[in-house]
Amino acid sequence: MVRRGLLLGGLSLALALPPLAAAVGLDYVVGIAARILIFALAGVSLNLILGYGGMVSFGHAAFFGTGAYVVAILGHHASAGDALVTWPFTIGGSDLAVIAWPMAMLVCGVLALVIGAICLRTSGLYFIMITLAFAQMLYFFFVALEPYGGDDGLSLAHPSRAWPIDLSDDRQFYYLVLALLLVILYLMRRLIASRFGLVLRGIRENERRMQAMGFATYRYKLAAFVISGAVAGLAGALIANHTEFVSPSFLDWRRSGEILVVVILGGMGTLYGPVAGAIAYLMLEEVLARWTEHWMIILGPLLVLVVLYAKQGLWGAVEKLSARR
Amino acid sequence: MSAPLLRIAGLRKAFGAVVASDGIDLDLAEGEVHALIGPNGAGKTTLIGQLAGEIRPDSGRIVFRGRDITALPAHTRAARGLARSFQITSLLPGMSALDNVALAVQAHAGHSFRFWRPASDEAAIREPAREALARVGLAHRMDMSAAALAHGEQRQLEIAIALASQPRLLLLDEPTAGMGAEDGARMVALLESLRGAVTMLLVEHDMDTVFALAERISVLVNGKIIASGAPAAIRGDPNVRRAYLGEEDA
Ligand SMILES: Nc1ncnc2c1ncn2[C@@H]1O[C@H](COP(=O)(O)OP(=O)(O)O)[C@@H](O)[C@H]1O
Ligand SMILES: [Mg+2]
Repeated sequence: MVRRGLLLGGLSLALALPPLAAAVGLDYVVGIAARILIFALAGVSLNLILGYGGMVSFGHAAFFGTGAYVVAILGHHASAGDALVTWPFTIGGSDLAVIAWPMAMLVCGVLALVIGAICLRTSGLYFIMITLAFAQMLYFFFVALEPYGGDDGLSLAHPSRAWPIDLSDDRQFYYLVLALLLVILYLMRRLIASRFGLVLRGIRENERRMQAMGFATYRYKLAAFVISGAVAGLAGALIANHTEFVSPSFLDWRRSGEILVVVILGGMGTLYGPVAGAIAYLMLEEVLARWTEHWMIILGPLLVLVVLYAKQGLWGAVEKLSARR
Repeated sequence: MSAPLLRIAGLRKAFGAVVASDGIDLDLAEGEVHALIGPNGAGKTTLIGQLAGEIRPDSGRIVFRGRDITALPAHTRAARGLARSFQITSLLPGMSALDNVALAVQAHAGHSFRFWRPASDEAAIREPAREALARVGLAHRMDMSAAALAHGEQRQLEIAIALASQPRLLLLDEPTAGMGAEDGARMVALLESLRGAVTMLLVEHDMDTVFALAERISVLVNGKIIASGAPAAIRGDPNVRRAYLGEEDA
């Protein structure tokens, strides 16, 4: 089966990539691959609400960027040895992954709760616009956040400490990202097949029908929005460790657009679609950008073709092929 | 006489200059099959929409099982035992027939904030869903997506979804709309088999169906109920003949 083969082949290749890259002297590839996996994770988080819940959020970079800032700001205070907050109680910084990363997820989850509670009162085009508006508000919030570099952004003194793993080592970082992505994919698979997942897909199909059946659809959409925001926060925490630098550009609307492209290209509402989308999109960017700076001219029409002819994107095509035989 | 299952009092709803519900009063006794007839545009679907909670009335009250539900949202009313079918088929098109019905069962089996166990393994949900499908004659179509079903089958699935929640009151908006004679007859037999088990408010255009099923009939014209009573009385009512049945005879 095509699908099974691709999954097993992809996983084997992902596991073998660092030694392979070293063997052919292309060690820098490992860093690029880690970046791809982080974008895949961001795509997986957006896919939950976009692909399975039918909520077209154009502000997902808000959570991605905020997750990155949480790690950077906590790390900043850990290096400086001062407190982040002194009233009503003292909260210090931290450069420990076990503290900073869950904190990034928590902050983004709460942020998603607030933003979602407001945005989910609308739908359709209004929902797209209002999620975009919230992301832009956060963007300007971080631009104005002078203590943490404002427009210039903030550098990390070093990646998070994740003993016994050394995250400043490209390979170890890569394997940790891969492991986290696999764990999240497994959890997503469970979630999609669960009662909650069934309700979410039902809402995507026909929200009015679901209400007539007796579902308080708003609550389920909000819960999915919060989970999605928290996972995007984790992706943000990883990207901060990858680049060892954060700036408001992480929350830019173009970044939200990129995450959308990853999901649409790969296949909305398919489990592995965002992974396929991230691989395709970032590799295209890598290759095309070397060739011409106007690489969007090629990617744009490609996306239009996908939207027109392969509604479920690359992974949807794979699943169709597998189903046929 | 015991308190009615449903009481509609002074219900009014206007869309601009069109008064779709113009002071509607109607009681439904537990267990009765009540047909609502009237010409196109009389306001039948609008009344169903207000009962189901999708349309807010301008004024008036709806009391269901002794509680005022006028201000409750649709999903809360459904949870209290009110189910509806739609005049224009409204399903979850991309999902299997079984999933469509399973969700209706799930909606009444506590909250769905359950994230771990596969829903397809839950016999407590799947079994009643299979039964509901079998009851409407769709057992052999279980795994087919709702969108792939024939029109008549989709209408049957609508009923299966409504039944799966074990409602106290079933609001049926033209369940035989667009059906051929054969499918229509099967639908009538299905509704007949539900008599006594569930109270029904049936909007229907086909007079044979109405007279076959209804114990009481109300006639809605221009948002007003002009007559309400036993089928024989409605058949003989001169107002009704002039306003409605007469058109059919002509
Ligand atoms: N959402 C709406 N907006 C404006 N007018 C409406 C709306 N829904 C129904 N109407 C009008 O209300 C009247 C009753 O419609 P409806 O309840 O669908 O009638 P029926 O189901 O008896 O054919 C019609 O004149 C219709 O045009
Ligand atoms: Mg109607």
